[in-house]
Amino acid sequence: MADDRTPTVAGDAHDTEDDTVATPRLDAWRRDTYGPAVARIPERSTASETLSGIPLEPVYTEEHRSRAAALEHPGEYPFTRGIHASGYRGKLWTMRMFAGFGTPEETNRRFRALLAAGQTGLSTAFDLPTLMGYDADDPMALGEVGRCGVSVSSLADMEVLFDGIDPEAVTTSMTINAPASPIWAMYLAMAQRRGADLTRVGGTTQNDILKEFIAQKEYVIPPEPSVRLVVDTIEWGPREVPRWNVVSVSGYHIREAGSTAVQELAFTLANGRHYVQRTVDRGVGVDTFAPRISFFFNVHNDFFEEIAKLRAARRIWARWLREDFGARDPRSWTLRTHAQTAGVSLTAQQPLVNVARVAVQALAGVLGGANSLHTDAYDEALSLPTEAAALLALRTQQVIAHESGVANVVDPLGGSYFLEHLTDEMERRALALVAVIDEQGGVEAAIENGWFAREIGDASYAEQRAVDAGDRVIVGVNAFQAEAPRVPLQHVDASVARSQAERLATVRAERDDAAARAALADLRDAAVSGRNSMPSFMRCAHALCTLQEQMDVLRDVFGVYEEPVVL
Amino acid sequence: MSEGPIRVVIAKPGLDGHDRGAKVVARALRDAGMEVVYTGLRQTSAMIVRAAVQEDADAVGLSVLSGAHMQYFEQIAAGLRAAGSDDVVLFGGGIVPDDDLPSLREVGVDRVFTPGASTEEIVRYLREAVAERRSRRAGAEAGR
Repeated sequence: MADDRTPTVAGDAHDTEDDTVATPRLDAWRRDTYGPAVARIPERSTASETLSGIPLEPVYTEEHRSRAAALEHPGEYPFTRGIHASGYRGKLWTMRMFAGFGTPEETNRRFRALLAAGQTGLSTAFDLPTLMGYDADDPMALGEVGRCGVSVSSLADMEVLFDGIDPEAVTTSMTINAPASPIWAMYLAMAQRRGADLTRVGGTTQNDILKEFIAQKEYVIPPEPSVRLVVDTIEWGPREVPRWNVVSVSGYHIREAGSTAVQELAFTLANGRHYVQRTVDRGVGVDTFAPRISFFFNVHNDFFEEIAKLRAARRIWARWLREDFGARDPRSWTLRTHAQTAGVSLTAQQPLVNVARVAVQALAGVLGGANSLHTDAYDEALSLPTEAAALLALRTQQVIAHESGVANVVDPLGGSYFLEHLTDEMERRALALVAVIDEQGGVEAAIENGWFAREIGDASYAEQRAVDAGDRVIVGVNAFQAEAPRVPLQHVDASVARSQAERLATVRAERDDAAARAALADLRDAAVSGRNSMPSFMRCAHALCTLQEQMDVLRDVFGVYEEPVVL
Repeated sequence: MSEGPIRVVIAKPGLDGHDRGAKVVARALRDAGMEVVYTGLRQTSAMIVRAAVQEDADAVGLSVLSGAHMQYFEQIAAGLRAAGSDDVVLFGGGIVPDDDLPSLREVGVDRVFTPGASTEEIVRYLREAVAERRSRRAGAEAGR
């Protein structure tokens, strides 16, 4: 189906007489027009393939046209052209900038500044101790508190972080994975203590542990129990917090770790399918939860390939959910996705050039139909973004949205011979890779046997070699080098750890210790017995159990995972 | 000891799991003929120092992208000194602001590569730095 691009199929209403002569005419063009032109001016070696290695023709015509795509419309199955019939003509994408550093107080100030500047949703970056399930005052956290995100060790921190921000009015995304359940529970407990109705609280937890094992490596317990905790949230969330996107299946980090666009697409969709399968296996009806699973893709440098990737993702997901899982609710078929420009593409050299890179990548995200978007700040190859750099990145989105006109027509590149061909090609290649995963016994097996690590390692090494050899040009790095003025950088105050430790001490001193101990015992019982763990995490959050106390229960019950080292 | 392939330990200290750079550099050094030990993730400073001593490494390369480079680089430099291996070439890479480079040099970090560095540059640097170390060692032993 995907590689069926024969233009002359009986019954295809879009066929015209021109189709039947397309191939001979193209051959003639190649011989008479193109050949002599190339003989005069030889082609650049870098023009022959996409960043993922998909071979490129010099031009695309009717002969490459996808018969399936010609019949597709926005807002209709399989949603290649977007999940909304009116695209961005009504509601623009959500401009959601990822932010977090230092203390909850500092990040709260950045959140309020972003909201005041016209941002329409929040996205929280946590520091490494939080991401790895350690409290700010644990020896493992030394030197890392508040460094690459905000430090949250208990409900008390969560309340400061969202002070003055209405959880019913602003949706919040949280990039949290191994400790997703306890952190989400702290957020919900914070909302409840402010009197919010959980059925009106919206947001997203990334909660995609599979891509941690595959790419970002912020895992704690082994894959099997990790997935079980994710499935607990998928089962519990849509019932209790129906507006919450419980999992954001993320290709972003897979790409940042060095995969190609095709690998990103394949691995991400395979991960998403694994969560759906494991939840269905538990006896949960697919239509009760599938609409609350969302996605998160990278938008990298290769403009058309990135657009094609997002289109192909929607098409594959819709088919899987409808045909393989038998979902009936059209909302279960639609792949909603956040997108973020490629942090890994930013350069420390001539950092202001990153503004241009981010603009091009963001445009690809928009033309690919992303539902929300983060644009990277130009200074991120050097340190965390300054407020001014983050604001410029937000302004970049606003220029695309309000000045360029690209948001005024739905899927404006749909029907492009090249883009439709590339969409089909991304689909075909991704499905072939998914088949390789299936042959190994699925994603958990391919994690444990090191296959993903080898695939990504090989791709990132090949890319580095191409850059080192000059086969791939990076402006300012291996071409057009120049001295550039230094840019101001964000510094994180070293006193973060101390103030966080002080709040933790207060929490431990003032809470009802018996209630905290009982909540942790209840969590242990859930972990051991296999009953849904989310009510226990909620109880722990309200009882002011710290993050590490809860994660230590999981470490104790399930053990700590160590990956096979693959070079 | 001054002959034979260059021996390098590439390490990921601390909680940071971003291992793309460490792995790419480890492979490039191996392809350049060096003997490379990659420690894997979540190593403490003490574990890295131990690996450097056990492997009789000429050089130790640390990769930190989390912003915690000051603390780890300093601890590991001190650990190598305490183990009598202060002539091991200590280098690193990651998201490291220029402003931190002088302090890193002060604590004993010979060189830090930031995003955009080529693997050829790293190979060239290590060959020179290790050759210098080996000739210094040979000189010291001859003078004994």
